[in-house]
Amino acid sequence: MGVPRFWREIPNRYNLIGTRCGTCNKIFFPPRYICPSCRRTGKLEPYKLGGKGKIVSYTVTYVAPNGFEDQAPYVMAIIELDEGPKLTAQVTDCSPGQVRIGDRVEMVFRRMGQEGEDGPIYYGYKFRLA
Amino acid sequence: MEVGIVGYGVYIPLYRIKVEEIAKVWGADAERIKRGLFLEEKSVPGPDEDTATIAVEAARNAVKRAGINPQDIGAIYVGSESHPYAVKPTATIVAEAIEATPDLTAADYEFACKAGTAGIQTCMGMVGAGMIKYGMAIGADTAQGAPGDPLEYTASAGGGAVIVGKDGSQCLAAIEDTYSYTTDTPDFWRREMRPYPKHGGRFTGKPAYFKHVLSAAHGLLRKLQLAPQDFTYAVFHQPNGKFPLQAGKELGFTKEQIMSGLLTPKIGNTYSGASMIGLAAILDQAKPGDRILVVSFGSGAGSDAFSILVRDGIEAKRDAAPMVADYINLKINVDYATYTKFRQLLVR
Repeated sequence: MGVPRFWREIPNRYNLIGTRCGTCNKIFFPPRYICPSCRRTGKLEPYKLGGKGKIVSYTVTYVAPNGFEDQAPYVMAIIELDEGPKLTAQVTDCSPGQVRIGDRVEMVFRRMGQEGEDGPIYYGYKFRLA
Repeated sequence: MEVGIVGYGVYIPLYRIKVEEIAKVWGADAERIKRGLFLEEKSVPGPDEDTATIAVEAARNAVKRAGINPQDIGAIYVGSESHPYAVKPTATIVAEAIEATPDLTAADYEFACKAGTAGIQTCMGMVGAGMIKYGMAIGADTAQGAPGDPLEYTASAGGGAVIVGKDGSQCLAAIEDTYSYTTDTPDFWRREMRPYPKHGGRFTGKPAYFKHVLSAAHGLLRKLQLAPQDFTYAVFHQPNGKFPLQAGKELGFTKEQIMSGLLTPKIGNTYSGASMIGLAAILDQAKPGDRILVVSFGSGAGSDAFSILVRDGIEAKRDAAPMVADYINLKINVDYATYTKFRQLLVR
């Protein structure tokens, strides 16, 4: 990931800032800038999500990509936030056997990765069992 | 000084390693080490944790407890000796993560284990001078101890954050005064580009820790015309479980005054976080009117002493964020192999 792209996404990644349509009240994460329902009558504005939700589904990664080997096996989950949007995130601070569909989770701030030993470190949201 | 603590928060990682696990690897006598250091286990950062993530979690807890708009925070200082970047301030990451940007000043501090309390003093000065409304000081570390070094038994991870504001109804405690004692004492250091610190062994005791902690405490007591019996609690920097008890005894404090803030036996030495997490553990249980002595110590060397008077506001704010005991009690013990993997000590 390039530095500018990560930098642009800092509000979403650090603080779960999505958008809400002022016309139909639907909340989007990642943020959308045009409401798919209201189209040109939509009024999208930044909306901070609370960071709490539940696991809708999950998978366990045993063969991790470069940079994530030290964390395997780890859980990647689809999480439905209390406000409605679903997102994919790692469930950290747990062993795969502890995770069940329907479990409550809360957002934590963690290292997401780094561009080698010399590059920038990327931070953002993960979730842990609540 | 008319400044006080508006909010505080801590974070301690979930993982622990027992003294026995480390001693087994190096053929050492675990019982002797546990007795000598007065320590059972230490916290270990997860593979996706570092000083910035710990500082952010502690800062978020402090903001929750303070109940303030983070946009009113005018300064953030993060003290650590394990900042993730050599050049790129941890304080900027924290400021963004608590939504305090962009109208604030921010910087990283480094003074071994007392960089966090140095940040508190800076915030006290800035708030007292009317430069800012609130200032946040954080002490956080993922401490490094070379494999096989005695430090490996104690060097742990954790952090504490304090929000300083004008003393008033919003405060949960007033900071009555502060006093520092600093000299050039090479008791412990880490050279540029080196992964682990070196230390002077027994030299870290009497001429370093005890001289500075005792002098700072004496200096503050003299300045405020107070005696140990005027304090309900005392927290001293805790590189192991033994030093703070010994320092307290020499100053005339009882074990009961010290035990509430003595956390090293359960989580190890969290370096810059140590005295701040100790203070937080006391605030978690203190009553309005209680007076707390806090004395940090940073190798190199210096100590900052504070007298803190608990206000009525503590009762309403205490439960707004997780307490120190919540983090201490929630734990997963790992073996030495997992510990080395988490700490990226294994070479592929």
